[in-house]
Amino acid sequence: MTAAAAIGGAALADDPAWAAAVPRIGRSFRFQWESAQNCHVLLYPEGMVRLNQSAGEILKRCDGQQPWSAIVTDLEAAFSATGLAGDVAAFAAMARQQRWVEWA
Amino acid sequence: MMGMTGPMERPGPPLWLLAELTYRCPLHCVFCYNPVDFARHGQDQELSTADWLRVLREGRELGAVQCGFSGGEPLLRDDLEELVAEARALGYYTNLLTSGVGLTAARAAALKAAGLDHVQLSFQDSTQEINDFLSHTRTFDLKQRVAQMIRDQGWPMVMNVVIHRLNIEHVDRIIAMAAELGAEYLELANTQYYSWAEVNRAHLLPTHDQLKRAEAVTDAWRERLAGQMKLFFVAPDYHEGQPKRCVNGWGSTFLNIAPDGTALPCHTAGMLPGLSFPNVREASLREIWFDSPGFNRFRGTGWMKDPCRSCEHRERDLGGCRCQAYMLSQDVEAADPVCSKSPHHQLVKNAVADAERRALTGEPPAQPIVFRDRASSLKLSAGR
Repeated sequence: MTAAAAIGGAALADDPAWAAAVPRIGRSFRFQWESAQNCHVLLYPEGMVRLNQSAGEILKRCDGQQPWSAIVTDLEAAFSATGLAGDVAAFAAMARQQRWVEWA
Repeated sequence: MMGMTGPMERPGPPLWLLAELTYRCPLHCVFCYNPVDFARHGQDQELSTADWLRVLREGRELGAVQCGFSGGEPLLRDDLEELVAEARALGYYTNLLTSGVGLTAARAAALKAAGLDHVQLSFQDSTQEINDFLSHTRTFDLKQRVAQMIRDQGWPMVMNVVIHRLNIEHVDRIIAMAAELGAEYLELANTQYYSWAEVNRAHLLPTHDQLKRAEAVTDAWRERLAGQMKLFFVAPDYHEGQPKRCVNGWGSTFLNIAPDGTALPCHTAGMLPGLSFPNVREASLREIWFDSPGFNRFRGTGWMKDPCRSCEHRERDLGGCRCQAYMLSQDVEAADPVCSKSPHHQLVKNAVADAERRALTGEPPAQPIVFRDRASSLKLSAGR
C-alpha cells in the first residue's frame, strides 16, 4: 500500500458519499477463487492479479448490492475486528484507480 | 542427467493455455509466428471438437486460468462457439485472438452468448494494407466494422499491432487509428524474429533511429491518452543487448497446443532439434506438463552452459529464447545471441548493422519478401 493511497483512504473513510456508494467489480475484470493457487484472482484480457486474503475478502463483497459501509460492517463481523473502515477505504481508493472496482 | 544441480523444483500450473485451433488463415502476414512448414500439417490433422473439449477440461484441472483461442484464424473453426462455451463454463477467462476477418455481427453475438470474455483484434500488414495505413481505406473500414461489433457486445477493446520496418514509420497513425476505434489497450509488439519473420528479417528489422522515434511517438501518445488507453511498447530484443525470458520461463506458465495436438512450451519450440513433444491424443496434459522430457528440458537453470551458467542474470532471463539460440547458433543450449555476453552476439549486431546500412544506401534486401502462404511453406520446408 502506498502512502498516497493510505492518505486517500483516510479521507475516503470519513466521506459519507463513499460509505453510501455501492461498488462492483470493474467491467474489464472477472473475480474468482482459484483453488490451484489457493487465492482469489482478478482476470482481465490475457492477465491475472493474484490477491492476498484481505483484498480477496473485500472484493468478494463488491457485488453491486451493498454499500461500502455495509461491507465494512460485514468484514468487522466476519473477522471479529473493529475500525476497519480506514483500511477498506485505502484499498478501495487503490482498487478504483486500478479499475478493479467501480462505483457511481 | 541434471548433473550437479539439485532436484528440480516442481513447476507451478500452466496458467496460460493457448489453443491454436488451425493453421488455416485468410491472411498472409510476412511476420507470422506459425511454423514455416505449416502447410505440411493439413486440415485433416486438426484436433476434433471432442479432443479440444478434453484438452480444455484437463488444462483447467491443472489450474490454467487464461485460455486463448488463436491460429491461424480461429474463426475458421466452426466449433469455436462450442469450445468457447465449454472454456467459459470451466472458469477460464476466454480470449479470442483474431484479425477480425470473417467476424460477423451474428457470430459475435453467438460468441458473446457462449461467454467469450475478450477479443484481441490484431492489425495485419501485407503490402496492400501498408498502403491502406497511409490512405486508410480498406483496413480502417474493416477494423471499424469489427470494432463496432466488439463495442456492441460490451467486450473490452484490445488491439495488437506487430511493428516492423515496413510500418514503424506509421506508429503515429496506428495509435491515432486505435484511439479513434476506442481501444482501451494497444500493444505495439516489435517483431520477434522466428518463423516467417526470420525468413523476412532483412525486410522487417528496423534501424535504431526508427525505433527511438517510434518509442518517442508512443510515449507522447501515452501521456495524451492517459486514463483512456493503455499503450504497451514491446521492445525488440535485437536492439536491446538483453535477452528476455522465453514465455516467462520454459514450461513455467505457458502451454501451447498446436492444431494437430502437439503440446509445446512456446509457439515455435517445435523447430528445436533433438526434442520431442507429446501429443494430447496420446498423453494427458498433466503427464505432458510435469513429466515429459520436452517440457522439462529447459526448465530452471540446470541445463545451462557458460556464459549463462555463471551469469548473475541467469535467474532473470533464464538464458533467453531457446529458438533464437538455435536459429542463430545452431546450438539449443547456447546463450540467446541477443545477449551482449553471447559468443554469437556478433550475428545480431551484423543484422542490425545491415539494416542501418541499407537505410542509408536504400539497397533492397537480397531476398524478396516471402508471404506466409501454402506454396511458400511447401517450398521453404522442402529446402530445410
